[in-house]
Amino acid sequence: MKFAIVVQGNPYASQSCHSALSFAQAVVDGGHEILRVFFYHDGVLVANHLTAPPQDELDIGAAWQAFAEEHDIELVACIASCLRRGILDETEAARYEKTSATIAPGFVISGLGQLVDATINADRVVTFGA
Amino acid sequence: MSSILFIFSGAPHTSLNAQEGLDALLMGSAFTDCRLLLIGDGVTQLIKQQDAEQIGRKNYTQGFAALKEYGVTSIACRQSDLEDRGIASSQLAIDVDLLDDSSCRDWLESADKVLNFR
Repeated sequence: MKFAIVVQGNPYASQSCHSALSFAQAVVDGGHEILRVFFYHDGVLVANHLTAPPQDELDIGAAWQAFAEEHDIELVACIASCLRRGILDETEAARYEKTSATIAPGFVISGLGQLVDATINADRVVTFGA
Repeated sequence: MSSILFIFSGAPHTSLNAQEGLDALLMGSAFTDCRLLLIGDGVTQLIKQQDAEQIGRKNYTQGFAALKEYGVTSIACRQSDLEDRGIASSQLAIDVDLLDDSSCRDWLESADKVLNFR
């Protein structure tokens, strides 16, 4: 079965992002396919390369990166949500004349069309709310 | 192609979530058949003559009036959520269907996919 996963919660202020990762792991372990993970609202903050959580806490961004790399899964962060929250790739940093890109490796910035596309083409859409 | 039911359940200006939900609905309407169901505090998003600029926010709720032009014609509120909040349908910015719980369940069951924004 093909799953689309939508993550809306702030990675450190809510449990949403971690629950989504646990679910994603279970999807893969169950032999199913993840079409795309779409980060929206505060969920895009997990793609911030500049976060440095305490060493005795889970680095949820790094955990998503490792998961996506191992299973070749697309992690897409909504561009409108990203720009409002300071998550920029090289292209957007240049466009808005910011000093640096801030997006972590393994994440890509794209539009809401990617959310709709995943919603339409997946067998199941599971949202982890704000 | 899959139809999408959007459910908005949060108040309008306390966070960006409601505004970003409407953005997603407008995008979705370009691809496929979309319906909108407002429940809980979400029903307050439709109250007319909101002036969010007074609190430094964009008046995104005006966008609901454009939904018809985007082909989104199935828009409904859960009637008891309006009643609980003392809101009459005449206070809403657009015409909506008023659903009882059984009808809400029908909407959920008939949707291929559901996207929640609270």
